Amino acid sequence: MLDMLLPSIVDGLLIGVVYGLVAMGLTLIFGIMNVINLAHGPIIALGMFGVYLLFTNTGVNPYLGLLIVAGGGLIFGVIMYFVAVHRVLNAPHLASLLSTFAVNMIIIGAGTVVFSTNFRNVDFSLGAVTFGPVTTTGARVAAAVVALLVTAALYLFLRRTRLGKNIRAVANNRKSAELMGIPSSRVLAISFGIGAMLAAVSGGLLATIQPFTILSGGVYELKSFVIVVLGGLGNPVGALAGGLILGLIEGIVPVFMKTTWVPVLEFALFVLILLVRPQGLFGARQ
Amino acid sequence: MILQVDNVTKQFGGLTAVKNVTFGLEEGEILGLLGPNGAGKTTLFNCLNGVYAPTMGRIIFRGQDVTGYRPYRVARLGLARTHQIVRPLNELSVRENVVVGACYGREGLGLRAATRVADEVLELVGLHERSHQLASSLNVAQKKRLEMARALASHPYLLLLDEVLAGLNTAEVMGMLATIRKICERGVTIIMIEHIMHAIMNLSHRILVLNYGELIAQGAPAEVAQDPVVIEAYLGNPEMAEKLLEEEEI
Amino acid sequence: MSAWRQPGLWLPLLLVAAAAIWPAFGNNASLRETIFTMLMSVALASSLNILLGYTGYVNFGSIVFFGLGGYLGFYTVSALGWHLLLAVPIGGVAAATLALLLGSAVLRLRGAYFALATIGINEAMKALVINLDFLGGPTGMNLNFSIYQEYGGPAQALWLTYWALAVITLLVIVVSYLVKKSKFGLGLMAIREDEDAAEVMGVVAPRAKTTAYVISAFFPGLIGVLFFFKNGIIEPESAFRLHLSVELLVMVMLGGAGTVLGPVLGAAFYQRLRGLLLTSELFKNTQLVVAGVLLLLIVLFIPAGAVGWLRHRFAPLRRLLE
Repeated sequence: MLDMLLPSIVDGLLIGVVYGLVAMGLTLIFGIMNVINLAHGPIIALGMFGVYLLFTNTGVNPYLGLLIVAGGGLIFGVIMYFVAVHRVLNAPHLASLLSTFAVNMIIIGAGTVVFSTNFRNVDFSLGAVTFGPVTTTGARVAAAVVALLVTAALYLFLRRTRLGKNIRAVANNRKSAELMGIPSSRVLAISFGIGAMLAAVSGGLLATIQPFTILSGGVYELKSFVIVVLGGLGNPVGALAGGLILGLIEGIVPVFMKTTWVPVLEFALFVLILLVRPQGLFGARQ
Repeated sequence: MILQVDNVTKQFGGLTAVKNVTFGLEEGEILGLLGPNGAGKTTLFNCLNGVYAPTMGRIIFRGQDVTGYRPYRVARLGLARTHQIVRPLNELSVRENVVVGACYGREGLGLRAATRVADEVLELVGLHERSHQLASSLNVAQKKRLEMARALASHPYLLLLDEVLAGLNTAEVMGMLATIRKICERGVTIIMIEHIMHAIMNLSHRILVLNYGELIAQGAPAEVAQDPVVIEAYLGNPEMAEKLLEEEEI
Repeated sequence: MSAWRQPGLWLPLLLVAAAAIWPAFGNNASLRETIFTMLMSVALASSLNILLGYTGYVNFGSIVFFGLGGYLGFYTVSALGWHLLLAVPIGGVAAATLALLLGSAVLRLRGAYFALATIGINEAMKALVINLDFLGGPTGMNLNFSIYQEYGGPAQALWLTYWALAVITLLVIVVSYLVKKSKFGLGLMAIREDEDAAEVMGVVAPRAKTTAYVISAFFPGLIGVLFFFKNGIIEPESAFRLHLSVELLVMVMLGGAGTVLGPVLGAAFYQRLRGLLLTSELFKNTQLVVAGVLLLLIVLFIPAGAVGWLRHRFAPLRRLLE
């Protein structure tokens, strides 16, 4: 039994860390401006294609490509903030849900025309890695390591830098932050940019470990919802925990029952947690 | 006895906002509720009408134990209130706002009867000319009147008024005072939170003073105003003391 | 009843009835298909509007009721061999029951949390159905063509489905109007504006919200049965398509949330536009982009929707457009 479980747990933990990063941008944006970014999935998909195109067309190492994708994600997010989010920030929830969904439609529509919906994969192998009885691919280990590094960098950025502190101040109370001279629009735009950047980078990492299409982002957007609710909506560190839980569920459950039951379990858990502990399992109350 | 408040305490985490408050209220009375900012007056209101369930104690309204009832149950028993920070239903018309009060209040009227009551109440508070405007288009003084109209339209036995005079100019205060007297004459019992001293001293039959959530004095307006404990409580808060002095001069 | 004399009621009814009768002239089957889609959108959007527009709760997963009704209806017709017109109410009652069971729990959540929960419910239901073998699992179910014999052949069966949908659509509009003009509807709108203040005024919010949720689930349940019977095939992916849910939100927004006429016009316009884009050489492939841009412009610049905007701009129209 343990022989079967151990590899599942390791795989679950590795992908779980990446899942944490996948959801981090979504939860960061929600925590700061109370907006659920429904273009999250397509931005993940753009990150996938960014790394793929850089590697396939110009031979850029995928892990180096991530840096370029990160920059692109940041710029995209800032632009998207001013075009689609800024105006509806104080409107009812439906407005920001629909405006970000409009961006989703635009990306998916254009992406389908340009890239079709055929599967792609980044053909770049890091070989196999063996820890004792467990063997996994180097790409998975690398993805988990990069995801952890990005998470750590985000944490330090929010805690230690001036901009990070401003972001937290605006998240806490936009009005009083403005009174203290923090330019809230600019801070919000940058925060949205960072959220998009995280999504794009996570997409880039996913591209190194599995095949994808322009529509793959949607799957991860749904997973992100589950993760952020597990970890507490608006709590980036909670996202990592939520990601690990989801990764473990996906790793362990198939050992005991059919894989198709995994999503049933995930979404039932998701609704249950929303109902019983809407602040998430780790209770970071706002 | 229309209302009996028995040892009511409300805690938020470690903070005790209302502590062992006990008092009774006779039908037809106007009771003034005084106290410095943060004394727990609004929290007490919130306990009375069910927005918060008290941590301890009991609330008996017209012989019925309503402790921990949801606000809508309390409202339907005939206890209405206004909010210190006005809460108009913005995208509904002024009239519709008041119709909600009449439809879902003590009598639970049908739409047609409720509309009649609403028009009558709007006339009473002087908003009848604006009944077709959206509630969001009113100014603050008008929104305060709207709060009052909604509460009145439910034909309550007991009305809780939370600072309905704050932010109004002198003429508006006078108008509102006249309205409150009219309401009282109709037999509605009133508890009012107010900072404008001369108003509350004039209107109230009896006054309660809260400080740090505790009841520190009660009695006739003249007695309470002389009470050294009350004066100290206010002087402990320079802003309020100043306000008190200011009011004396008017 | 005096309601029938109100243009706010008969205007949308007349529009829908006129559109519904159109394909009957000349027995035009392809036009019937177009109008079927349009009527279905009108009815689904109007049902959604009762929770979204009147009550202010953003249901992102309203399609779950359509899918559930569809599945149960399909099962009753194809596996149990019952008549379609018996299966339709079964779908509706099943959807309404689900809403009743979920309502009191889910409707405690507000704003974005509620929206997320509705997405979760839809996804959970889809994932569950994939695992249920008696409903065909991941590949779904097909209707045996011999079933149509009971209705006098496929053509008759399709017309029957069409007329049933037309009747349901008219019914939805009547219900939507009556709810809006009732004391119950006023309570819903009070909840939409400020739920806590509404409760303080005596509105029993949990009961009112659940009732609105049940009504807005019942009709999609009926319609799901008709749609999948007409299609002759049902799959988890098509029954619980989140995208369709969002399209319905867009239709309601286009026309004007909280109005009776808005979802009717919004749905008709959206489907017409979609049809045009899909058949145009230029936009065939980019229809999603065009729809996205349009949605963005509306949300940013006319959030009240067409009918809301007209009512706001031209006060005399308020009696005419509810």
